[in-house]
Amino acid sequence: MNTENNLPQFAICILEEQTQFTLADLCYACDSDIQQIIELVDIGVLEPQGREPEHWIFDGGNLQRVRKALRLQRDLEINVAGVALILELLEEIETLQTRLKISS
Amino acid sequence: MEFKDYYKIMGVERDATQEEIKRAYRKLARKYHPDVSKEKDAEARFKELGEANEVLKDTEKRAAYDQLGSNYQGGQEFRPPPNWDSGFEFGGKGSNGGEGADFSDFFSSLFGSQFGGGAGRASRQAKGEDHHAKVLISLEDAYQGATRTITLRVPEVDAQGHVITKERMLSVAIPKGIREGQHIRLTGQGSAGSDGKAGDLYLQVEFQPHAFYRVDGRDIYLDLPVTPWEAALGATVKVPTLGGVVELKIPEGSVSGRKMRLKERGIPGKPPGDCYVILTIALPAADTEAAKALYQKMAQELDFNPRAKMGV
Repeated sequence: MNTENNLPQFAICILEEQTQFTLADLCYACDSDIQQIIELVDIGVLEPQGREPEHWIFDGGNLQRVRKALRLQRDLEINVAGVALILELLEEIETLQTRLKISS
Repeated sequence: MEFKDYYKIMGVERDATQEEIKRAYRKLARKYHPDVSKEKDAEARFKELGEANEVLKDTEKRAAYDQLGSNYQGGQEFRPPPNWDSGFEFGGKGSNGGEGADFSDFFSSLFGSQFGGGAGRASRQAKGEDHHAKVLISLEDAYQGATRTITLRVPEVDAQGHVITKERMLSVAIPKGIREGQHIRLTGQGSAGSDGKAGDLYLQVEFQPHAFYRVDGRDIYLDLPVTPWEAALGATVKVPTLGGVVELKIPEGSVSGRKMRLKERGIPGKPPGDCYVILTIALPAADTEAAKALYQKMAQELDFNPRAKMGV
């Protein structure tokens, strides 16, 4: 059994702050098609920096957003516009819940 | 192994039509989808539901499952009878469950493990799977950074083909200034991939509830009790912040609920968060003769009606 002292330490980073993805990176990380990502950009779920797809740079936080969007599309058979709306509503709920929590 | 009553999980009768099954699945999938559900056991329920749907939506699998008969109750000890599935042809259509669709031993014993697991997912590329886990840290850990030992339960397939759960311990340096909901990425610490590139491990950070701080991003909120005379007359009081005790000047004539900001006393970062102090006025108990006398004196000498605005 390992003790705390001799456990290996790993290189880590904060996904949301220290990671960026190109379109290809993001597809690889989410196991998705390029087309699925482009659709999410077109509908406004993702807002990469850069104009052309080959120059797009996505913030690390987009990874979880894409994963969530793809899960919702696949599991609940929702189209991309529906997913965009759900994500916005979920974020609003989260904001309201935080507000409730900090004022309690 | 426990028998799983897929009809019960789906909330349909055994003679339900394929249409009814589809409708029941869609309704429950919306209710228990882990990304939208507020139910406590959403993840487990959704997984169970996916498995039930995998069997019942497929007429071949459903017929085979039905053959086991209605003698079994959900949760009852179960062994598949020998050759129970003879005469059925499972067309080899893999699961399209994708990410995270690992089915129970019960399912695997009936339909073989080729239907479960992320088989559908691995087809595109041979990258190792990413792993996801949550890590619960204290607010103090986020403020200072900390090293935490994390125990992950990793399913592995043993030599006999059974899925066993192994424990894996990792020591993770929690970076200073991390916020709730952010993810720590450990590159290459997921499953090994057949293309030689391992998946990553993602740890989602959650904070333990704190006795007196509340958190919003990098900002910290704190209810600070003050005495009526501190609020009325003004005072300098001590405030516990994450970085240590600081002194706060309460202006004369402060009322309950007054919000004051201690700049950059929240969680560190660029920019650092602030600490918001919300004053609450604490009343001393009138539990001694002296205290009662003081309250009586106030009642007599102060012309104060807190309900004046209500017209009473």
